[in-house]
Amino acid sequence: MQLTPKQKHTLRVLLSWVAGIIMFFPIFWLVLTSFKTELQAISVPPLLFFEPTLENFALVQERSDYFSYAINSVITSFGATLLALLIAIPGAYAMAFWPSRFTKDILLWMLSTKMLPAVGVLMPIYLLVQRAGLLDTRTALVIIFAMINLPIVIWMLFSYFKEVPKEILESARMDGASTLNVITLLLIPLTKGGILSTALLSIVLCWNEAFWSINLTASDAGTLTALVASYSSPEGLFWAKLSAVSTLACAPIVVFGWFCQKQLVQGLTFGAVK
Amino acid sequence: MKSRTIAFLQAPSIVLLLLWMIVPLSMTIYFSTIRFNLLYPERTGFIGLSNYEFFITDPGFVSAVINTLVLVLSVLVITVTLGMALAVLVNFPFRGRGIVRVLLISPFFIMPTVNALLWKNMFMNPVYGLFSVVSTFLGLEPIDWLANFPLGSIIIMISWQWIPFAFLIFMTSLQSQDPEPLEAAALDGANAWQKFRYMTIPHLSRAIAVVIMIQTIFHLSIFAEIFVTTGGGPGFNSTNMAFLIFSQALLQFDAGVASAGGVFAIILANIVAIFLIRLVGKTLVV
Repeated sequence: MQLTPKQKHTLRVLLSWVAGIIMFFPIFWLVLTSFKTELQAISVPPLLFFEPTLENFALVQERSDYFSYAINSVITSFGATLLALLIAIPGAYAMAFWPSRFTKDILLWMLSTKMLPAVGVLMPIYLLVQRAGLLDTRTALVIIFAMINLPIVIWMLFSYFKEVPKEILESARMDGASTLNVITLLLIPLTKGGILSTALLSIVLCWNEAFWSINLTASDAGTLTALVASYSSPEGLFWAKLSAVSTLACAPIVVFGWFCQKQLVQGLTFGAVK
Repeated sequence: MKSRTIAFLQAPSIVLLLLWMIVPLSMTIYFSTIRFNLLYPERTGFIGLSNYEFFITDPGFVSAVINTLVLVLSVLVITVTLGMALAVLVNFPFRGRGIVRVLLISPFFIMPTVNALLWKNMFMNPVYGLFSVVSTFLGLEPIDWLANFPLGSIIIMISWQWIPFAFLIFMTSLQSQDPEPLEAAALDGANAWQKFRYMTIPHLSRAIAVVIMIQTIFHLSIFAEIFVTTGGGPGFNSTNMAFLIFSQALLQFDAGVASAGGVFAIILANIVAIFLIRLVGKTLVV
């Protein structure tokens, strides 16, 4: 049977929606479960319609102060991103406009440091952080997150800076602008979009980082990933509560991601796919 | 610009990354050659390579290496194939496309721990999970996913999270594909598969390189998903390198052996890195 173009179009629209709904379904189900009672959460067959309750959210808030964890997540993700940008912008600027014959190797080396598994250096980092008296502090997380993301941040900035015509910066320097002025008044405004998408990706990665926040924080600097982990073992059987805490932990970044998806797309491609 | 200024601008990032790499690395190497068990702080001293010997002869070592590679490769194959299929599928104008796109990328923003717990409890639980409910409904025997297919289950979880990533990158790349040659090819009688194989895939080659590179970096050290679901088991069936070291360090408190494991993980990562950079690195650097 030959399909008419119109039928083909309809079929394709249908398939796209089905794919989207299947991919999103687990998230939908998680949020749905967070509004159930514990008994409803494990009922067989699963309930799609029920009387929603807010008791799980209330219980989570009662047992652990959601907002203090959320604030820690916000501070560490934004702080680390800012720190990484501060270090990376001058470096990427120099590498993009005055590449030496080592620049390519340096960039690949930087990326390769990302491949070292965190567990491989858990002991030393733990001891160093302990020695510095920074266990369970946001400062430690900000520094570590910044270092973890630095290679990717430099890479992305490098590829955005590459797109700026060298002549523009050159003529500004001829007119006597200092390096600081060239960067802050010319380069940053010119590559605002790229810097923003780099920042967004870094924020998402920090927000979801679990290894270091679980191993280096307790109650003071705990982030939302640590909060979720704290519910995972003893409370693993209480699906509704676990769903509530998960929904609370993920909602800010998911909504943030929806708003910024256009920017993020550029960021994720390393500016390489146009 | 003066070369001194250039060096000065790059110095912070290079020096900091170098320190971030060298200091813990040399400490790890040092710890790996001494007696260092947190439970027995009185036992000290240089012991040469016996931590390494202990780690290699650990019954989990071979499976950990294999599992690490299987995990990375399977997730890559699944995410690249499905991500590309989805990107091609929605690459046409229709009403509600923005919403479909948001639905498709959302899993990428979910925390790994939440992702793992979500699948473990609500889908893969052998009694209450949706998978078992569906298979019972269809008259099939429900499967205890995490017990019978531990690594497979983890691959499903990670793929669900990373298909959106591949999808995003392929989608952006497809949008820049020039439609005119495609139309010309269609007039010359090329079918959809031929157009995809000989025109779209070459166009996507750079995007594919980006996806492979980034995903390998993240998947070599998968940890959270294993930690909250299978705990590496049953046996060593879902233990990867990262998890094996973790269990040495924090479950058996043997920092010396864990450090030796860390050195192995770093070597493994470097082998993969060299291979990858050969393969796709060249296409990435402008």
